[in-house]
Amino acid sequence: MLALPPAPQAPARRQVFVATSLAAAAGTTLLGGMLAMWLQFRADAPLRESAKRGMIKDWMPAKIVVPEVATNMMLIGLCVVCVMAQWAVYSAKRNDRTHAGLAFGLTALFGLMVVNAQVYTWTQMGVAVNGGAFHTMFYAITGTMMVLLVSGLVFTAVAAFRYLGGRTKELEVVSANALYWYFLTAAFTALWFVVYVQK
Amino acid sequence: MTSIDTHHAAGTSAAPPAVAAWITSADHKQVGRLYAGTGLVGLLGGLVLAVLVAFERIDAEGYQLLDANSVAQVLSAARLLLTFGAVAPLLLGIAVAVVPLQLGARSLALPRLAAGGYWMWLTGLGLAVASIIANGGPGGGSSDMVDLYVLGTIVMAGGLIMTATSVATSVLTSRAPGMGLLRAPMFSWSALVGSVTLILALPVFIGTSIYLYVDHKYARAAFGGNVGISDWAGWALSQPFTYLLAIPALGMVLDIVPVMGRTKLAQRSAANVAIGIVSVSVLATVTQSTVSLPWDGEKFFDNLGDKIADLLPWGLLTVVPLLGVLGVLGLSGLTLKNGKPRVAAPLVFAMHGLLTILLGVAANVLGSIDDAGLRGSIFEAGTYVAITFGTVTIAFGALCYWGPKLWGRRIPDKAALPLGLLALLATALGSIPYMIAGFADQPAGALDGFSYEGPQELWNTLTTAGFALMLLTTLAFVALALKSFTSGEAAGDDPWDGQTLEWATSSPPPADNFSDLVVVGSATPLADLKSNTNGKDA
Repeated sequence: MLALPPAPQAPARRQVFVATSLAAAAGTTLLGGMLAMWLQFRADAPLRESAKRGMIKDWMPAKIVVPEVATNMMLIGLCVVCVMAQWAVYSAKRNDRTHAGLAFGLTALFGLMVVNAQVYTWTQMGVAVNGGAFHTMFYAITGTMMVLLVSGLVFTAVAAFRYLGGRTKELEVVSANALYWYFLTAAFTALWFVVYVQK
Repeated sequence: MTSIDTHHAAGTSAAPPAVAAWITSADHKQVGRLYAGTGLVGLLGGLVLAVLVAFERIDAEGYQLLDANSVAQVLSAARLLLTFGAVAPLLLGIAVAVVPLQLGARSLALPRLAAGGYWMWLTGLGLAVASIIANGGPGGGSSDMVDLYVLGTIVMAGGLIMTATSVATSVLTSRAPGMGLLRAPMFSWSALVGSVTLILALPVFIGTSIYLYVDHKYARAAFGGNVGISDWAGWALSQPFTYLLAIPALGMVLDIVPVMGRTKLAQRSAANVAIGIVSVSVLATVTQSTVSLPWDGEKFFDNLGDKIADLLPWGLLTVVPLLGVLGVLGLSGLTLKNGKPRVAAPLVFAMHGLLTILLGVAANVLGSIDDAGLRGSIFEAGTYVAITFGTVTIAFGALCYWGPKLWGRRIPDKAALPLGLLALLATALGSIPYMIAGFADQPAGALDGFSYEGPQELWNTLTTAGFALMLLTTLAFVALALKSFTSGEAAGDDPWDGQTLEWATSSPPPADNFSDLVVVGSATPLADLKSNTNGKDA
C-alpha cells in the first residue's frame, strides 16, 4: 500500500474570507463595467447650454435635481458602517460579545440608513424609468448598487447570528463581513462621484 | 507514516443515488458529474443548431429549413448552447469534480455554493433557451420573451460565477500541507486562473445585461432594443471570451501529457507562466481591442513612437495569449520528447484539441487586424469553431482520463481513439473553410442572400460536413461514455500510473476523498512515492 508522510494539523483555511474577496473583485468589475458604460454614454451625449456652467453634456435632464444631502449622507453612512463592522471584528477577536453585538447592530442600522437614503433619492429625483437613456441607466446602476447593499445587510445578519449564537471562534465570517462593507463603500464612492456629483 | 487507503467508504458512493440525493447533494463529485452530463446534453443541442445554420448557408438563395425572422435567434441559440451550455459546464464540471482530489482535500471549498451555482446556471440557461423557443432572444419578436432571455443569461452567468468562486477558493485555501500554489497540479493551477478570469469577466457581462434588461423592458432608448442585445452583450459568445473558458483545458493537457509520456513535465515553472499569460485575455474580453497596422505607405521608422503606442495594447491583449498557447504546445512536445509516450485516447484528444485551439487563437490575431478586412465576415465563426471544438475535444480527453475518478470505470482506449481523430477532422472541416470564406467576405450574420467569387457552396458544404461529423463524434462519445461508465470495465485506483494525488484514492473516491491529510513534498507526490517504494523494493 502506498503511504505518504503524515500531515500536521490542518491550518485555518479562511475559505469564507477568500470567497468574499473574490466576490468583492466580481462586484468591482460589475460596477466598474457599468460605470464605464455610463461614462461612455455621457461622453457621447450632445452638448446643451447650462445657465450656471455654460456648455455641458446633455445627459442628465435639466429638470432633474439630485438631492445632494441624501446622497452625501449615503457616502458618510457607508464610511460609518465600515468603522462599525471593523469594531465588530475588534470586539470579536477579544471575545467581547456585548460590544460585538452592539457593533453588528450599528452596522445593520447604518446600512439600513443608506438603503433608506437611496429610496429617498429615487423618490425625490422623480426620474421616470421610461424617460430615456439616462433614466433607464440610472435605475439599472443604482438598483444594482441597492442589491449589493441589501446583500451586505443579509451578510451582516448572518454573521451576527452566527457569532452571537455561540460560534465565537469562527472569526473569519466577521472579518469577511467587514471586508464586504469596505468593498461596498469603495464601490459606492465611485458611483457617488460619477452618478451624483459628475452627473 | 499515514496510510492513504480510502476504500473504507467506497461502498456508500457506489450506491445509485435517488433523485432527491442528486438534487440536494453538495458532494463535489456529484456536482461535477451533473455539470459534465448537462454540458454534454447542451453540446448535442448546440451542434444540432450549428448543423442547421451551416446547412442553410450552402444555398445562399432562399431558406431551406429556417425563415428570415428566426435567423438571428437560431444563431444566438447555437452560440449560447455551445459556449454557456457546453464548454463552460464541461470545463467547470470537471474542475469541480477533480480539483479537490488533486489538492488532497476532503471536499470542495464552499460546496453548497458550487451546487447552488449549478442549479442557478441550469435555471438561467433553461430560461434563456425557453425564451428563444418562444420567440425571444436577440432579434426576437416577443417583447416579454426578449426580457426573459436577458434575465436568463444574467441568472446563468451568476451561477457560473458562484461555481467558479468555489473552485478558485478551493485552490487558494484547500491544498494539502506542503503543496504551494506552484506545486499544485497544472489542471488545478489552470482551474484557478480560469475561474478568476471568469469571476472578473462575467460580472461585466451581467452589468451590461442589467442595462439591456431595464432599457428593453421600460424604454428602448439606449441599446437598440432586441437587435442591440447581440451588439452589446454578444462579446460573451465570441473571442477572446472563449479563451477564458479554454484556460482550464490547457491545464488538462499539461496534466495528461506527462502521465501519458511516462515522464515529468518539462519546465514546470514555464508551464505556470504559459497558462497564466493566457489570462490577459480577460482584459481583451472587456476592451475588445483591435488594431490598424500603421506601416502602410510610410517609412518604417517614421513616427515609430506613435506606431508602438498603437500596437502595444493590441499586442499585449491579443498576441500574448497566443504565446501562452504556443508555450503549452512547446512544453507538451518537449515533455513527450523526453519520455516514452504511449498512444492513448486522453493524449490523442488532448493534443488534437490543443492544436485546434492554437489555430483559433492564431486566426483571431489575424482577425483582429483591421487591415485584414475580416471584421464582420464569417472568419470570426471559423476562429470560434476552432477554439470551441478544440476545448470540447480536450474535455473529451479529460473525461477519458479522469473518468475512473468520476464513475469508477474507464472508457476503453481502442473505442475512444478513433473519436479523437474524428474530432480533429471535424474541427478542421468546421473551421478552416469558414476562415477561407471570410477572406472572400462571406458575412457573419447572414445565412442567405450573399455571394462572392469562388466555390462558396463548397466552403459551406465542407463546414456543414464538419459540424455533422462533430455531432456524430459527440453522439458516439456520449454513447461510449454512458456504456463504459455504467457497465464497462472497472478501473483500478491508478489506471494511468498517475503522478498526482487524485490517483492515490479509490475509484470512485469515497464521500470524503481521503481518510487522512497528507504532506506533499513535490509537484508529483505520487510519482515520487512510487519511485521511493520501487527503490526500496529493489
